[in-house]
Amino acid sequence: MSELVRKSAAELGTLIAQGELSSREVTQAHLDQIAQTDSAIHAFLHVDVQGALAQADHADKSRGESNSPLHGVPLALKDVLAQKGVPTTCGSKILEGWRPPYDSTVVAKLKDSGIVILGKTNMDEFAMGSSTENSAYGPTRNPWDTNRIPGGSGGGSAAALAAMQAPLAIGTDTGGSIRQPAAVTGTVGVKPTYGGVSRYGLVAFSSSLDQAGPCARNVLDTALLHQVIAGYDPKDATSINAPVPDVVAAAKRADVRGMKIGVVKELSGDGYEKGVADRFAESLAILESQGAEIIEVSCPNFKFALGAYYLIAPSEASSNLARFDAMRYGLRVGDDGARSAEEVMSLTREAGFGPEVKRRIILGTYALSAGYYEAFYGSAQKVRTLITRDFAAAYEKVDVLVSPTTPTVAFKIGEKSDDPVAMYLSDVATIPVNLAGVASMSLPAGLSEGLPVGFQIIAPAMRDDRLYQVGGALERELHAKWNGPLTNQIPDLQVR
Amino acid sequence: MALSYDDVVARYEPSLGLEVHVELNTETKMFCGCATVFGAPPNTQTCPVCLGMPGALPMVNEKAIESTIRIGLALNCAITPKSRFARKNYFYPDMPKNFQISQYDEPICTNGYLDVEVETDEGAKTFRIEIERVHMEEDTGKSLHVGGATGRIHGAEYSLLDYNRAGIPLVEIVTKVVSSTGKYAPEVAKAYVKELRDILRSLGVSDVKMEQGSLRCDANVSLAPIGSGKLGTRSETKNVNSLRSVERAVRGEMIRHAGLLDKGERVVQETRHFQEDTGATRSGRSKEQAEDYRYFPEPDLTPVAPDATWIEKLRSELPEKPSVRRARLQALWQVPDKEMAAMVNAGAVDLVEETVALGADPTKARGWWLGEISRLANEAEVELSSVSISPKEVARIVELIGAGELTDKLARQVVAAVIAGEGDPDSVIAAKGIKVVSDESSLIAAIEKAIADQPETAEKVRNGHLPAAGALIGAVMKETKGQADAARVRELLLGQLGQA
Repeated sequence: MSELVRKSAAELGTLIAQGELSSREVTQAHLDQIAQTDSAIHAFLHVDVQGALAQADHADKSRGESNSPLHGVPLALKDVLAQKGVPTTCGSKILEGWRPPYDSTVVAKLKDSGIVILGKTNMDEFAMGSSTENSAYGPTRNPWDTNRIPGGSGGGSAAALAAMQAPLAIGTDTGGSIRQPAAVTGTVGVKPTYGGVSRYGLVAFSSSLDQAGPCARNVLDTALLHQVIAGYDPKDATSINAPVPDVVAAAKRADVRGMKIGVVKELSGDGYEKGVADRFAESLAILESQGAEIIEVSCPNFKFALGAYYLIAPSEASSNLARFDAMRYGLRVGDDGARSAEEVMSLTREAGFGPEVKRRIILGTYALSAGYYEAFYGSAQKVRTLITRDFAAAYEKVDVLVSPTTPTVAFKIGEKSDDPVAMYLSDVATIPVNLAGVASMSLPAGLSEGLPVGFQIIAPAMRDDRLYQVGGALERELHAKWNGPLTNQIPDLQVR
Repeated sequence: MALSYDDVVARYEPSLGLEVHVELNTETKMFCGCATVFGAPPNTQTCPVCLGMPGALPMVNEKAIESTIRIGLALNCAITPKSRFARKNYFYPDMPKNFQISQYDEPICTNGYLDVEVETDEGAKTFRIEIERVHMEEDTGKSLHVGGATGRIHGAEYSLLDYNRAGIPLVEIVTKVVSSTGKYAPEVAKAYVKELRDILRSLGVSDVKMEQGSLRCDANVSLAPIGSGKLGTRSETKNVNSLRSVERAVRGEMIRHAGLLDKGERVVQETRHFQEDTGATRSGRSKEQAEDYRYFPEPDLTPVAPDATWIEKLRSELPEKPSVRRARLQALWQVPDKEMAAMVNAGAVDLVEETVALGADPTKARGWWLGEISRLANEAEVELSSVSISPKEVARIVELIGAGELTDKLARQVVAAVIAGEGDPDSVIAAKGIKVVSDESSLIAAIEKAIADQPETAEKVRNGHLPAAGALIGAVMKETKGQADAARVRELLLGQLGQA
């Protein structure tokens, strides 16, 4: 392994800007790392070697014209974002072979700031899952222990960071798909405020919950990437037309003196492993020692969050995924010239969607049906309002809320495959955030029995800067203790 | 044996419900920037958004919102302060997302009305049609079924999909149940669609061309025994592509329903397709089991919350109502009621107004549009406004007659040629060598020949029996191939016969 791949994105960006390194060298080093490690990890569904090197060469040529701190730095892109001409499958057979004719807004922004896209990362099919086991192309493995899951749905992006295959990654988070993988791989992931980052070109799972966000191995890198992708987009009606808070300055300031930090009572106790609870308590102690005031707050309606989520997200998904019908793009099954369009649609969807996707389409179709709508979708929306009010009430008292990101460390591959509800519980602490549209970060809090534990920070809508302010402070202390990012402690990374 | 219409209305009370779809004439589609030109080559006016590509998102066309609000205001509706788009979910190959973005329980305009006037046995009577809602949605693409006998999906060898129309803004205007029309139901239905069309045209929000589908009407019809106070089972007739068809479809369905009810059978709740050739309807999709569209609020769009001052501005800028305008023009042109009604029924008001604006005398302009041009339109079975002669061309013809360069008879030839696509009046006249014979010596020669050919008739005229002159004038006109000015011929003839 080249030592280059252990460097932070900020450092690489500086070295490239100063001409100490070329983007091509940096990109090649990461492509080599992918080549050496990905047979064991399977973080990528598609490595765009030629495209990435071409982008790197372009970045080297245009270096003088750019003031982007990430100019020439490579990145791993979750396969749910459209990139023009590059295969985009969403981890599904139904989109096999589809090459989008357009760039998502996130990709356009990445390209504009000179970031090199290495390829597309593995994910649970259509972002439905918490382990990346639901990918139609096989699971991704956790670099900390390849018998364990890397989280999901964005397990590919998180594993790529942990395996030093990329210093930056883009994920998407509908119920925890950025933060839960970050937690179980010892990396940093942020779900920005809903509407903070454009969803144009993000293949929708649940439109009212989906949000793309930045992932990296440290807080500052995450902030730098956040700054690149955030902002109003006239192509997305739900994007917020307001200035992006200065997340980079907040990450650098990293000062919690005088801040009030609320511990969510409902996101602790039963179901939370001791190792997770211990690391969480230690992190709280650090923040307190840094001058923050720790306050316990109650969000009584959070207990309904999981139920509401599993009505709203499948409902929207059942409609969003209707377009995969073999008529215009992607898989087509049974088109023998004798079958009707309806039969081909049906056969294609039967063959193209995996079991978890079918489960959720059926759930959502049922929940939206006449006669059930009020009881299911209607009630879930009411719960959503109550949860939003819980947050609003909490933010009257505190600046941010905190909790463990996940109740457990990474579980074993196959361990929860046959128990969807157990799997769904992985996201119990992350889901309320999506329902309310607020901003949230997961960053490493240490290890429990050799596996990473995540610390979740939740800030009010459009106060994403507070995530970085608190996260940066906590990280400073933890990095001093660990002598660098937690991911440097991954054992035997290059052996496999 | 089909019942007579009089039999039907003697025993049954009809109820109507009319749903009109209007394609707005915005330059771009409802949710993307694609062009909306009619008749462009297939799939050339598409993009990731209107093709429903994964990841693409809709953005609302502000102009479409404005047009819809103006329609609502013109129909006396309340404008909803915060309305929402909803998804209507169903699978169909010409619908790219397999859901249509529409409005469901929170439409943008509600509770309006439109007054229409219908000629009844007791004279003109006004019927108030109450409007339930006006909402926005996107149009679907078009399927072209190739092979098979009918051009329909069943029996076709394959189908082609054209998504140019997908995402064109549509406004749906839905009436409440229209009852108390009695036997005038077909006329009321037609008058409503016509008045609505006139309003939409005056607003300039749509091409309102029924034959091109930019205005489409679905007619719901039901019958109940008179005095029962109940509503019968309805049928919904689609594919009604002209005003005349609206009337025919309603009348036809009333007769069909009555036939079923008389036999003790029940009317099936279903969609039916109007067939222009026979005037009958054909059974379509059954609606006995209501399709579940699983409507829910469109999460990709925010609510539509038009500013109240903007609404008031739009209200203040509404054009003159067609009915008000008609009254004004009638007074201005001094047209009797009956003729004004004829002009309205023929769809001639705009055409006459434009012709008059170009300098033609109102009576002459009206005479041409309601006379010869209407006759040719009827022959061709098209709407008057679809006849290919323009007010400008009619004004020119009227001008040429006034200048003595055309006779009425010659002018009719010119009108026919213009409509046949042979060019504008001046080029038709030049090409055909049409000119009024004004050379008096050749006229006098023809008159002398006529007198010589019909000496007895000439004698009658000499003796003061003037009506006999007609035969002689006819002979002269024939001799001059109709190119003479009949009035001048008469003058000269009577002079010759000592009756001047």
